[in-house]
Amino acid sequence: MKVKVLSRSADDYTRARSSDIHKVQRNLDPTLHPFEKAREYTRALRATKMERMMAKPFLGALTGHVDGVYCMAKHPKKLDWLVSGGGDGDLRLWSLSDQKTVWATQGHKAMVTGVSSFLEGNMFISCSNDRTVKIWDPTLFQMGSEDRGDVFSFAASTATAQIAPVATYSGKNAFSGLSHHRSDNIFATSGSVVDIWDHDRAEPIQSLNWGVDTINTVKFNQTETNILASTGSDRTIILYDLRTSQPITKVVLAMRTNAIAWNPMEAFNFMAANEDHNTYAFDMRKLDKAHNVLKDHVSAVMSVDYSPTGEEVVTGGYDRTVRVYKAREGHSRDMYHTARMQRVFSVIYTMDNKYLLSGSDDGNVRLWKARASERLGVRSNRERGHLEYSEKLKEKYQHVPEIRKIARHRNTPKPIKTAQARKKIMLDSRKTKDENMRKHTKKENQKERIPERKKAIVSVKK
Amino acid sequence: MPDKKSNKNGEEDAALKQAAKKYSRADPKALEGVNKLENKKLKHGLKKKYKEQQEAALKAASTEMLLTEEAGFLEAEGVEKTYQFTQRALKKEVDIATAHKMFNLDLQLGPYSIDYTRNGRHLLIGGKKGHVAAFDWQGGQLSCELQLRETVRDVKWLHNETMFAVAQKKYVYIYDRTGAEVHCLRNHIEVNKLDFLPYHFLLTSVGNTGYLKYQDTSTGKLVVEHRTKLGKCDVMTQNPFNAIMHLGHGNGVVTLWSPNMSTPLVKMQCHRGPVTALAIDHAGKYMASAGLDGQLKLWDLRTFKPLQEYYTPTPAASLSISQRGLLAVGFGPHVSVWRDCFQTKQQSPYMNHLQPGSAIQDLMFVPFEDVLGFGHSKGMSSLVVPGSGEPNFDSLEANPFQTKRQRQEMEVHALLDKIQPEMITLDVAHIGQQDKAPKDVVNRERKEAWEASNPQEAKELRFRARGKNSSSRRVLRKKAKNVIDQKKIDMQDRIEEEKKERAKRRAGETDEAVTALDRFLGKKRKF
Repeated sequence: MKVKVLSRSADDYTRARSSDIHKVQRNLDPTLHPFEKAREYTRALRATKMERMMAKPFLGALTGHVDGVYCMAKHPKKLDWLVSGGGDGDLRLWSLSDQKTVWATQGHKAMVTGVSSFLEGNMFISCSNDRTVKIWDPTLFQMGSEDRGDVFSFAASTATAQIAPVATYSGKNAFSGLSHHRSDNIFATSGSVVDIWDHDRAEPIQSLNWGVDTINTVKFNQTETNILASTGSDRTIILYDLRTSQPITKVVLAMRTNAIAWNPMEAFNFMAANEDHNTYAFDMRKLDKAHNVLKDHVSAVMSVDYSPTGEEVVTGGYDRTVRVYKAREGHSRDMYHTARMQRVFSVIYTMDNKYLLSGSDDGNVRLWKARASERLGVRSNRERGHLEYSEKLKEKYQHVPEIRKIARHRNTPKPIKTAQARKKIMLDSRKTKDENMRKHTKKENQKERIPERKKAIVSVKK
Repeated sequence: MPDKKSNKNGEEDAALKQAAKKYSRADPKALEGVNKLENKKLKHGLKKKYKEQQEAALKAASTEMLLTEEAGFLEAEGVEKTYQFTQRALKKEVDIATAHKMFNLDLQLGPYSIDYTRNGRHLLIGGKKGHVAAFDWQGGQLSCELQLRETVRDVKWLHNETMFAVAQKKYVYIYDRTGAEVHCLRNHIEVNKLDFLPYHFLLTSVGNTGYLKYQDTSTGKLVVEHRTKLGKCDVMTQNPFNAIMHLGHGNGVVTLWSPNMSTPLVKMQCHRGPVTALAIDHAGKYMASAGLDGQLKLWDLRTFKPLQEYYTPTPAASLSISQRGLLAVGFGPHVSVWRDCFQTKQQSPYMNHLQPGSAIQDLMFVPFEDVLGFGHSKGMSSLVVPGSGEPNFDSLEANPFQTKRQRQEMEVHALLDKIQPEMITLDVAHIGQQDKAPKDVVNRERKEAWEASNPQEAKELRFRARGKNSSSRRVLRKKAKNVIDQKKIDMQDRIEEEKKERAKRRAGETDEAVTALDRFLGKKRKF
């Protein structure tokens, strides 16, 4: 007789001392783990519910501006740094970790239309409707640490030491936008033409134009640093190359583009925030077709910014909401709003991929979490593992109706809800009309269907 | 040399791939026709998913080398046969710890029904005459012993060893580990058989009334009760793979139930007499059934067709299938254990045991142990059956060595992961899958489901306004109510007449006898 019987010694399966961790024995045989799908589904449902329950994206409002905030700039290397420009010519530098003003001045006599930070030194640049561009160095007149952020004590200190710009450049017309070169001492301004300026010259070194009377905004590509894009009030987006000193291409859209954001990882891609409620993703090599259309806003999109990973996009709208999109998806992942936030004119995705900033008409800069339900702070290895597992489960079961319903649910403000309903009716009727016309047209006279991604594009010129 | 090495690696890879089949969740047909897809995103996505699933299976298979234990076995040498080995002979060959697992409790209040916890650590016995005892049978620690002075028909552990249910003379009671009565379930009356679905926290009972009841032990609510309409029932077992309850009835029928259908999902005519015992294997593929007709039948639950048929000398009273697929049959004073019986017809059993002067009442293999416990009319006994138990447990699923803290933590996690009773289906892979039925079928099913859940509203909807909106009625409605005119009176009369005629036609009566000439009368008189 040959016999072997299972006989386990408790010592092999239990810890020797109470200070040790418990021994864990795994056996992945599927028959020992029944109902795996049902259990996974239950966990996915729970994770989705928890996510919505914990979704509290609003972190705080940075108050200080008296008029609306119409432009903001982040620093390419400093996380704590934010510059904002107000409607009354007020410029402010914020410490994001303290959520306080570090430095402020009445920099311009009219609305600040553009600010930009640059790598070298601790300076930033601003432009305004008062036909000036100014370079500022906040370190020269920093407030004392004891009265940091206190506007009144700050006013007292400025009375003694007058804050003056490092350099001032004056143009012939009002400036509508500004963008600084990634590495060189060069910046571009927009107004009646796109001007390229050198820090050391009083006059622009280049003027670029392609038959446009007003340019709204200009944006340097931060990766392919000689490329810049501008949007005109005649519904155009124009791309320029500094090396050839002339425009490359011009694309005319159905409506005006308000802002542009270059993809930080894929240098040839950019987003264009359009007046027609959509944001269009373009490849600068193939401008005859948008490669994605980000929908969901119910009013003009005023501002757009890419996340530093290039995977996500944040937009601010005239409908008083901030929306976060995955760059490759057509609808927003999340919508942020508060009762007091007015029209959003500038948004920024911070360089650590964790926070969003929105500047709006009501004079506040608001700080949001990029992922609404994410817990701030350091996470243990175990917690991180659990979160990754939940994330994967949510992804796996995202199409199950119950889970989708919970994941998509948002408390939408009433004006937006009604606007959405109205917009839907409008679009539906347009579609029905189109289909009816198609139905009653002879086949030989029928026009080709235009894909959604081409609809907004009127023409491309080279 | 390098050649040899690569060859060896190749063999290892092949072995790993073979082992990975067990762990693979990928649909083998998933990539059929993928290359013909025009949507590149979809094509790539499907391929990527398949590849990930394959990789996951390989990873899982490669963890097999970490499994520490190997399964037990019993082999005969020379002219010996394994079924000739008695427990006494085995006792000499095995170690002391194993020898302690062969024991016999002489108890007077039998016959006894038994139950082991899911980790195999704790044992619960219930004697017909009211003796109930719960203990850690491996550690030899009694947690409680009760004399209920009332008939005890069945006992069952709940989700862990802190609570158990006892089917007593009239009601079902729940006791905690100290023996204190925690609950009396007054809507489970005269219960013969209890079962517990651990992942759903459902206590099921069936008894003399023929009602199958599901009670949620986490919320305390009676989830559903099904009238079997097949009379008294005392055979019930769960399919551990999909949580479907199998009931064996007096007319030889085995019915399959889920809490979501008031009629059985499947009815199988298994025996010519009453069904006496049922058992289902852990993968949910095979069922063994025994009847008073002396037959022992093995079924394939995927096709619901019999695989093998055996005769037992006397009708089997209890059946059990071990984690590694051994089938134990208790008939009269005998216990016989069969190996590989689902694959091929066996000529002789794997092991035999005789409990002299006693009748077997209840059999159960102990999870993760090579032990078979059985309750009989003179107490409770425990046999060693080498090769029956799964050698490697999973601590996060069922841990025989769990501490108090681990038990508490596991309880919390089990409650968080509790599966809702609505998710019990025959096909467990159904969850999260696309409904591929045509749209009208899906809509009809959805409508039926809604009607079933909202009978009142559905009824109102169905009968609302039928026949209330004919053109003549609309005209009547429009006319002023307090004005009497001849037209209105005529119309009312006509409607009344038509109504009567309709009722008559519906009842199948006609005014006159039907003649051959009636066919010329027009539509109204068509018969």
